[in-house]
Amino acid sequence: MTVTALERAERRKAWAFALPGLLWTALFFLVPFAYMAAISFWTRQGREIVATWTLDNYVAFFAKAHFFKGLVVSLEITATVTVISVLLAYPLAWIIAERVPKKWQRFALVMAILPFWTSYVVRSYSWLLVLSKGGVVNQALLSIGIIAEPLELSANRTGTVIGFVHFFVMLLTLTIYANLIQLSPNYRRAAADLGANAFQTFWHVVLPLTLPGIMVGAFLTFVLCIGDYITPQILGGNNELVLPQVIMLQLGRRADFPMAAALSLVLMVVVTLAYIACARWLKMERT
Amino acid sequence: MTADVSIKNATKDFGAFRALDDVSLDIAAGEFIVLLGPSGCGKTTLLSILGGFIEPTSGTISIGGRDMTYVSPAKRPTTTMFQDYALFPHMCLRDNVGFGLRMRGMGKAERYEKAFSYLDLVGLRASSAKKPHELSGGQRQRVALARALAVDPDVLLLDEPLGALDLKLRRQMQDELKAIQKRVGTTFVHVTHDQEEAMAIADRIVVMNKGRIEDVGTPASIYMRPRSLFSAGFMGEANFLPAKVVRTAASEAELETTLGRAVLPASTFVSGFPIAGSDVTLCIRPEHFRSANADVPTLSLGHGRITGSAFFGTHHRCHVAANGATLTAHLPQTETPEVGAELDLRLKADSIVVLQDGAGV
Amino acid sequence: MRHLSTALAALYAGLIYLFIFLPVVVLVLFSFQDGTLPVPPLNGLTLRWYEAVFSDGKLMAALGNSLLVAVISSAVACILGFLAAYAFARYTLPASALLRGLIVAPMTVSTLIIGLGLLSMLNVTGMRLSLVTVGIGHVVINLPLCFAIIYASMGGHQVNIERAARDLGAKDWQVMLLVTAPMLLPSILAAFFLSVTFSWDEFIVAFLLSRFDVTLPVEIWSMLRSGLDPKTNAIGSVVFLISVVFLILMELTVFRKTGKSS
Repeated sequence: MTVTALERAERRKAWAFALPGLLWTALFFLVPFAYMAAISFWTRQGREIVATWTLDNYVAFFAKAHFFKGLVVSLEITATVTVISVLLAYPLAWIIAERVPKKWQRFALVMAILPFWTSYVVRSYSWLLVLSKGGVVNQALLSIGIIAEPLELSANRTGTVIGFVHFFVMLLTLTIYANLIQLSPNYRRAAADLGANAFQTFWHVVLPLTLPGIMVGAFLTFVLCIGDYITPQILGGNNELVLPQVIMLQLGRRADFPMAAALSLVLMVVVTLAYIACARWLKMERT
Repeated sequence: MTADVSIKNATKDFGAFRALDDVSLDIAAGEFIVLLGPSGCGKTTLLSILGGFIEPTSGTISIGGRDMTYVSPAKRPTTTMFQDYALFPHMCLRDNVGFGLRMRGMGKAERYEKAFSYLDLVGLRASSAKKPHELSGGQRQRVALARALAVDPDVLLLDEPLGALDLKLRRQMQDELKAIQKRVGTTFVHVTHDQEEAMAIADRIVVMNKGRIEDVGTPASIYMRPRSLFSAGFMGEANFLPAKVVRTAASEAELETTLGRAVLPASTFVSGFPIAGSDVTLCIRPEHFRSANADVPTLSLGHGRITGSAFFGTHHRCHVAANGATLTAHLPQTETPEVGAELDLRLKADSIVVLQDGAGV
Repeated sequence: MRHLSTALAALYAGLIYLFIFLPVVVLVLFSFQDGTLPVPPLNGLTLRWYEAVFSDGKLMAALGNSLLVAVISSAVACILGFLAAYAFARYTLPASALLRGLIVAPMTVSTLIIGLGLLSMLNVTGMRLSLVTVGIGHVVINLPLCFAIIYASMGGHQVNIERAARDLGAKDWQVMLLVTAPMLLPSILAAFFLSVTFSWDEFIVAFLLSRFDVTLPVEIWSMLRSGLDPKTNAIGSVVFLISVVFLILMELTVFRKTGKSS
């Protein structure tokens, strides 16, 4: 194929425009990522990283209980958080989309996600104020007399889960709402017209048609939750750690970059597997 | 099965906007009636009220003699065929058609059998395992029809179902709809803005404009003897000639137009006998102009000059200038109209329709 | 039956809204606590924690740093994203899909990993950690988003407008600056504001890649070391207020203009 001079000049221009962005991504994302992948196969000696190729770090991941447990805890918490958040968010999104008058829907939605705009760190801290031994919930329940001893709602998995659910209920309300209002009203009308009552219309028509959207939201929840360090660190206590916490621990005094890198790659693999499963499921839903 | 529909004084306001203004209509059981009019005339609003999706501000709706004004769509003996078909994308055709039956609690075997028979009625039995997105527009429409009929409604409401189809497919579907309606005998209420479509399929046409009914009748009666200026203009091309009633007699009246004087029989006056001195409008279809040597009694309104002519295959469409007025005339295929030639505006007297200004039903 | 279901819906919604707002209400309420612990009982109302916040040099410096990093890194991300989007939308580049995938790739990776990767590499190259390195990390995080948003809004219908401009004698940079950018202003602004929001609140990359000068989330984090303190409530409420004001500004300028919904 012969290329004209104009096309050559155009090609050069295109590269000139695209290169800055591409180079930035290559230099500050790809290279660090590749480097990190590489050092995950290396080891540490003192403060230096020694470039001897070995699978030690990955072996340690499976062999050493506290490493592997980090992943298990992460998966358990993430699964719990995802399920609870979807179950709580869907009805709220449905109520806003179906029961709230049209001109108030935007307001209702914004109100449902307003706490997004507290800094994420601050938000988790605020839950500490609510859930800790001397916090709002315990003091309220004690003073009414429902409980005699303060409940242990923070510095444990409960605190972490509550902190996460709070965030993801807001996120999922937003995504599920967007999904619901996209649904053509004629589907509901047709179902009603053919004799379906409100529940049947929801169960046979609305729910199946919004399922793909829920799946996407759930996947987003999974990815963000499993990679989060802040909420578990503030609300989770010291007795069990999630994988991000384990990773950060390698950096602290030990400065064990190779191990941190290996654990990070494990995390990435888990997320990738989840992505593949989700994409498969969505493709199946289509046909 | 089938039932008659009675609409009495239905009015619908959306805030300050009056979509329907005191509309009354009686539809016979088993009739194929078409609501025809431009967008915004209220036809879709009326259909939605019949379906139970909106309630009228005032007035009543009876179906089969029972008051259905405030009954929900699920409990009404009506089903609607939506403009975008609204087939459930996640169900196969068999489950789509069987949906209404399932809602009525019919068992699986019985439901499938009935669904298959209705898919058969529309010629899509072989595709019953497919999903809607695998079908063409015309096929989806047939499935929507089968689904709506499967629950044996008394009245089927069709909301501009043929709008998305191309011309050839539309003509084909019009014939099929007519045939199926005759077969099942259900009352069909069909909404469209296309007057050709209305004439092709309707037993009776209801012409609507600005929330009111302008005219009701068989296609022939509406076309040949429209009862309002709007109806006349909407149903096809028409020449409107203003006139003044000069003198009236027992069975005829003399009128004065810009072309001259003419005496018209009483039968041409659609909305009652005119009063001398009143202003009227003559409504003349272009194809009613005949040449001078026709062998039926005719009268001439005057003479005009042909200012333009185009051959349309079945006829010549000519523009005629006559004393300040511009008329359109369709001359027979075999004639050879020439620009500048004089034309005798001769026609059968009783093909003229005389309308009072502001006339309506 | 209708009334019952509406009542149930209202009850459920009420409970969830309560759950959603609980931490924020507690945060703001106890920022006025006349006492040392930001938990009940509420002794009285005072502004002294806000005074403490505004007179805290480190905190105010961190706030300024956050704004600086957010605005600059978002601007860089927008410019790079705009140029790249222009290149891919208006011209045919080889392996276009692959390269576009590359630019968008960082969106799929956890920010923890992005931060770790950069940290490892910076250690090897011996580069110092500072707000600059934080900014670099934030550009990496925001560039995919800016690119995606702007690329999606570069439709075919704008091509002829640009051709008309060229036809009338405009050079490439003039077309870009005087024709394309103004036409795409809503999405460019949306990308910018979204990036500022992410960067302003971002913790882990800022934590890993800064040393002495830190951003606000990192500073607040170190405040948490000392336990529960109404001063933390105060700065948290200030952050919340700034974000909400920013959101309202965005809503009034960007979103109103295009009639988009967030």
